[in-house]
Amino acid sequence: MTSTKPSSAAAKKPAEGAPAAALHVGTSDPRTLIMNNLRQSGIFVALVVIVALFAFLTDGLSLSPGNITNIVLQYSYILVLAIGMVIVIIGGHIDLSVGSVVALTGAVSAVIVIKQGQPWWVGVLAALAVGLAVGAWHGFWVAYVGIPAFIVTLAGMLLFRGLTLRVLENISLSPFPTEYNQIAAGFLNGLLGGNGYDAFTLLIGAIGVAGYVVSCFRTRVARIRYQQPVESFALFVARMVLVSAVVMWFAWQLAHARGLPIVLIILAALVLVYGLLTRRTVFGRQVYAIGGNLSAAMLSGVKVKTVNFWIFVNMGFLSAVAGIIFSSRSNGAQPAAGNMFELDAIAAAFIGGAAVTGGVGTVVGAMAGGLIMAVMSNGMQLMSVDQSMQSVVKGLVLLVAVAFDVYNKRRAGSSR
Amino acid sequence: MGDNILEMRRITKTFPGVAALQDVSLAVAHGEIHAICGENGAGKSTLMKVLSGVYPSGSYDGEILLDGKPVNFRGIRDSEEHGIVIIHQELALVPYLSIAENIFLGNERRGRSGLIDWNRTNADAAELLASVGLRENPVTPVVQLGVGKQQLVEIAKALSKKVKLLILDEPTAALNDVDSAHLLDLMRRLRDQGITCIMISHKLNEITSIADSTTVLRDGQTVERLEMGSGEVTQERIIRGMVGRDLDSFYPDRVSTPGEEVLRIEDWTVRHPTQDRLVVDGASLNVRAGEVVGIAGLMGAGRTELAMSVFGRSYGRDITGRLFMHGKEIRARSVAEAISNGIAYATEDRKRFGLNLIDDIRRNISSAGLRKLSRLGWVHDNEETKVAETSRRDMNIKAPSVLSVVGKLSGGNQQKVVLSKWLFTDPDVLILDEPTRGIDVGAKFEIYTIVNRLVADGKAVIIISSELPELLGMCDRIYTLSAGRITGVVPVGEATQEKLMELMAKDKETAR
Repeated sequence: MTSTKPSSAAAKKPAEGAPAAALHVGTSDPRTLIMNNLRQSGIFVALVVIVALFAFLTDGLSLSPGNITNIVLQYSYILVLAIGMVIVIIGGHIDLSVGSVVALTGAVSAVIVIKQGQPWWVGVLAALAVGLAVGAWHGFWVAYVGIPAFIVTLAGMLLFRGLTLRVLENISLSPFPTEYNQIAAGFLNGLLGGNGYDAFTLLIGAIGVAGYVVSCFRTRVARIRYQQPVESFALFVARMVLVSAVVMWFAWQLAHARGLPIVLIILAALVLVYGLLTRRTVFGRQVYAIGGNLSAAMLSGVKVKTVNFWIFVNMGFLSAVAGIIFSSRSNGAQPAAGNMFELDAIAAAFIGGAAVTGGVGTVVGAMAGGLIMAVMSNGMQLMSVDQSMQSVVKGLVLLVAVAFDVYNKRRAGSSR
Repeated sequence: MGDNILEMRRITKTFPGVAALQDVSLAVAHGEIHAICGENGAGKSTLMKVLSGVYPSGSYDGEILLDGKPVNFRGIRDSEEHGIVIIHQELALVPYLSIAENIFLGNERRGRSGLIDWNRTNADAAELLASVGLRENPVTPVVQLGVGKQQLVEIAKALSKKVKLLILDEPTAALNDVDSAHLLDLMRRLRDQGITCIMISHKLNEITSIADSTTVLRDGQTVERLEMGSGEVTQERIIRGMVGRDLDSFYPDRVSTPGEEVLRIEDWTVRHPTQDRLVVDGASLNVRAGEVVGIAGLMGAGRTELAMSVFGRSYGRDITGRLFMHGKEIRARSVAEAISNGIAYATEDRKRFGLNLIDDIRRNISSAGLRKLSRLGWVHDNEETKVAETSRRDMNIKAPSVLSVVGKLSGGNQQKVVLSKWLFTDPDVLILDEPTRGIDVGAKFEIYTIVNRLVADGKAVIIISSELPELLGMCDRIYTLSAGRITGVVPVGEATQEKLMELMAKDKETAR
């Protein structure tokens, strides 16, 4: 499908000339590149369209500095869950329990910090430990006993909701001390001053952009050294400029509101780490292999049980992170916290291009899927759309996104 | 040509970027068995999909005449109403429904109330089963039948649709010799009842024995139509049409110079995973460097089970016996251990067990040897691509790039990907289970050549095959397996098909 014959120019270049060659070679037909990546890029196009649509519908309100900050704060925990969920889905499983685990981890943390008066970090560590334990529990049943994840996590959803009620003794706990509250509500600002805006946020944005450009360039040089096709240099520059512009604009907006949200730093770090984990590590490969063809993976020496176990431990860990963020943001723990979060996370993964049958999906895609949901919900709230209609719209978007994906695949599949 | 039941004229079908069929013509006479052969990718399946309406009228150019009248099928139902039924290589039966339910699926026998009339369903099914010579109770779930019997159920289902033109795509690919013979007999009987059959097959000996005429396709074009009646058309003649050149010999020559023993299996015993019986019973064999050893056996003899249980205990339970590599005893309790001890096993069912069909060539090739491409858990992906490119060149994998999705390759190229994957693990002994199943002649020859190259490099190869000529053509020694026991080992110089068959058919009592 993808046309990736090394372009003749790249093939002729001697290896030592690679950095210089990086400026000149590449498959220059943008249409081929776009078509090749339609499945992946389609989701980003959809995101841009939706952002533009709501900017238009809300007279630009949705893109205001304050609102952008809000979206980050409001949906970060869903995005954290979506990272874990897309990995679970790539492995060919599902996790219905994450909402309950978010509630349980938040509750444990609240009991330790609020009721027992321990320092904030003890609560955080305890929540993470509980998350890992829950993940290990699920992993044990799925990987070593061989019960389908749907059943195991459905049981987990009930089980851990019940334990949440137990831990909280059926009442809400609040408020957290300031330090704990800062995790989700805090900002890094004023560190470097600035005139009506936060220079530190801009600096971090600039560092991020610089890091992105450098790593993209190094990848490009390495690919050329291995005589592999790359996009034309003009297109490469255009992409760098576009991404940098979007990031800097985003940083600019944040800088004009309250500065850099701490939770955004956490989220960015997770996306980076898990993006690399899925694409570049042996573990990531094995997850795709298991989801793509379980038997073939097994006969290729993949330790399927071990991998499945860690997929769920990881999901438990990320559920705990989301639980900490959510409890911090709501400044307390409620028995009903995290209700239906699993469905938002699953929807994000599927809108982001993950396949129901496993073996397909990306962390970045899931983030885009989650952001689509976030921008839509947020936009509809700004427009004071009725809660009931919001739910209807979200449901339809999920359906259309997956239908589009299935249609695309069928078209691709029927070409032979 | 007035007595042709079917004429396809100047059929052209293009997919984006490729012409799958170009001006293909096909004429099939009433009441004949017509074989279609050609290499993988020659357009056989595409042509049949055009005929059966999978590709609806309008998506191709050319015309189809049925009984002299032009027809335009909009879908499979449409073609079935005209009496054309296609039976695909991968059978389309619902495993947990009964034979009768499967036969009348979508075509249910209803009573006056509109509900299903089970008595009539089962009675009609029994009648159809009798006509295909299958003695089974119609209420038996299909999952309990072997592949051969399932094939017969498919044919019974076709008969229930009042079939006039029956298309069989590789009908004997998954069958053993006895079931194949039975099926070919049935096809002759159907022909005598006036049902026309089109058969796609790679098995040229079957074509020469059963077909009345043969159409040969190559690269999406009709090469020739051969009348088989005179008995003058030989397999070599058909091959010449398919590949456009003479294969000087079907099996490439090799000078055999076996060296030191590489793998020795001693007293290997394996119990069935769920039933209480031995699938492999005290089997011992060995293979030396630079040697090709064959394992022959009928279906159910335990060939695949022997290989898989040796390969990291991937099959069975209560496995006992000892494994030696280069004279030293090894443990291979998991696939990873087997691989690191230098054992590789290429499965007989590459789609189900060998490949991740939705992933690209590159990652399939690296999947078993990923450790070699990684450090501290990080995969070096440029190096990985380089490895894949090297394999693509060495193995002559025909694909636009190593990023092509494996599921879209032809069988032969998929098999080359499987071989590349195992060769990348740098094994000392390579177990190939049915390495050329469902692969066209040209690709078979390439695979044989690759095997010869490997043994010339000092690897040891074990080939499991249902095709005795393949074993006789490729191996130095052939072990025969019957009911889980080794019944003999024959040097190729002394082996004949008859002799092997006799050893393969030895029953349990006399097996030792």
